[in-house]
Amino acid sequence: MASISLQGVSKRFAGGVSALTDLNLEIAHGELLVLVGPSGSGKSTVLRLIAGLDEPTSGRVLIDGKDVTGVPPQQRDLAMVFQSYALYPHKTVRENLAFGLQMRRVDTARIDERVREVARTLGIDALLDRRPAALSGGQRQRVALGRAIVRDPKAFLLDEPLSNLDPVLRIEMRAELTLLHRRLGATMVYVTHDQEEAMTLGSRIAVMRDGAIEQVAAPMDLYDRPADTFVAGFIGSPAMNIWPCTIVQSDGRGHVRADGFQWDDLPVGDVDGERVLIGARPHDVDITSPDASDAIGRVEILEPLGPTMLAHVGIDGSESRVRIVIGANTRMAIGDRVGFRVRRDRLHWFNRETGRRLDPK
Amino acid sequence: MSWRSRQGRLKAAPTWAIAMMVAAILFPLYWAAVASFTPESQLFGQVDVVPTRLVLDHYRAVFGERGLGTAVRNSLVVAGATTFVCVIIGALCAYALARVPFRGRTLVLTSVLAISMFPQISIVSPLYLLLRELRLIDTYAGLVLPYLTFAMPLTIWLLVGFFRQLPRELEEAALIDGAGRFRALWTIVLPLSWPGLATTAILTFLYCWNEFLFALCFTLGPERYTVPVAIALFRGQYQVPWGQILAGSLVATLPVAALVFVAQRRIVAGLTSGAIKG
Repeated sequence: MASISLQGVSKRFAGGVSALTDLNLEIAHGELLVLVGPSGSGKSTVLRLIAGLDEPTSGRVLIDGKDVTGVPPQQRDLAMVFQSYALYPHKTVRENLAFGLQMRRVDTARIDERVREVARTLGIDALLDRRPAALSGGQRQRVALGRAIVRDPKAFLLDEPLSNLDPVLRIEMRAELTLLHRRLGATMVYVTHDQEEAMTLGSRIAVMRDGAIEQVAAPMDLYDRPADTFVAGFIGSPAMNIWPCTIVQSDGRGHVRADGFQWDDLPVGDVDGERVLIGARPHDVDITSPDASDAIGRVEILEPLGPTMLAHVGIDGSESRVRIVIGANTRMAIGDRVGFRVRRDRLHWFNRETGRRLDPK
Repeated sequence: MSWRSRQGRLKAAPTWAIAMMVAAILFPLYWAAVASFTPESQLFGQVDVVPTRLVLDHYRAVFGERGLGTAVRNSLVVAGATTFVCVIIGALCAYALARVPFRGRTLVLTSVLAISMFPQISIVSPLYLLLRELRLIDTYAGLVLPYLTFAMPLTIWLLVGFFRQLPRELEEAALIDGAGRFRALWTIVLPLSWPGLATTAILTFLYCWNEFLFALCFTLGPERYTVPVAIALFRGQYQVPWGQILAGSLVATLPVAALVFVAQRRIVAGLTSGAIKG
């Protein structure tokens, strides 16, 4: 087990494309840290820098407090699971598993024993003499995992390992990975673009955008207190409603004006003219009778999600829509006029210019 | 016209057209084969598409008094050695050019190509002087070295293309598994590239086997003549022994044709099958 630390790491590729800028990240012993972000956000680059497959343009990579920035991958004693699995096609499953141990000159009897042991725990012991081409996607995935586990490395690097599996298998393997992490107690860095996968797997999540980390936090902290509008929109499904608003003072009271409606009862103090963004998750908006509502609108789209349903309501006097999660059995049809009310204690405030979170007034 | 129907029409392309083309290509070869078995006295007489009398006179002469056996051995040694060295050095160069990032990589690759563009005739004289200084005229090395300069660019270009096709993750997985660059090349890249290696080896071998100009200029006597040179020098001042020339040509062609025939199916299969995909 090992701790990993990136200090002021930047990566610029030939041609001037900047993949990472001044990135700092601490990964503790035995932690499962998930790097999540849209494609092109630099999360795979972070993994490759830790692995030693790329070298940072500036900054340092430390494993267990030791600077390994210039150390080649074969001397870092890490394991990596690739999105494509990258199994050696000309070797059998047994040889694939044994390869890393052979490279480390472990003796043959010990290799054999270790390969069997790992194959048994992953349920691939019947496949040892097959070639990768003769395996299903799920089986290849297990072999790829096995190849990482068998060496008992300092840390595991997983690059979207589940994204080539079908949805059912993906959820099954996700649960297995959680168990595996708990059993091995190993440091793992897991890259995904799937926020749900990130939420379910990570003990901590680092959300990345444009080569920088926007926020690092435990899954529920990320969900409850997103540091900016990007994280707010990226984490949680369906995505958060975010309204551009202006705070105005009239009649001796503060009002928050959004597009098509306004809140009169928000604690805004005596601020006047400030422009903010206010967000509310679709789960935190309720359908109410028109007289108790924040605004009234017309149901335009209904998306059944199984246990719940997502309603898109076009707000009267505005171009914008609000997303509301309602019970699956709610009696509602396209074209219905409904009122909605946002739960006051679940609002997220953001700076209109920077998008950063504002603490409630 | 839709793509599908056009394809259907292509598939149904008259077989006789293909047959005619094959015949046009194969007939001269057949004619040469027949002539090489026809007695000298009949060669310029009555023309029969289906021969009536076949003799081995020309072959006996070719391997006997003409000493073509020595030439075949010389060709095998020179072509074999060139191929061997070429594939080994070429594979290392190609791997570096395909995978190791360094400044001026494209420049190296284009100059490699540019070198192979020199017309042979323009460098024969300087090469001759050079080889004479090195005392390599009329030696095997005197042919292998110049051949390498011409065969290497082809090998490098073919293998660079081939290595680039291999998924990079395979090597990266090997590196992370603890293998160094050479181990990764040896245990992962080369075994997966054998169709490419075989293709380049065969092409290099063919090139050396067929090469004429250098072999003519840098050898001095029958002891070092390669097959094409030996055959070309069959003709005397007053006569052209067509029967022997054709017999010699056939001897030169057959091993090559056999090689391609045996190898092509596996090479094509290797290039197209999922040898690479995990």
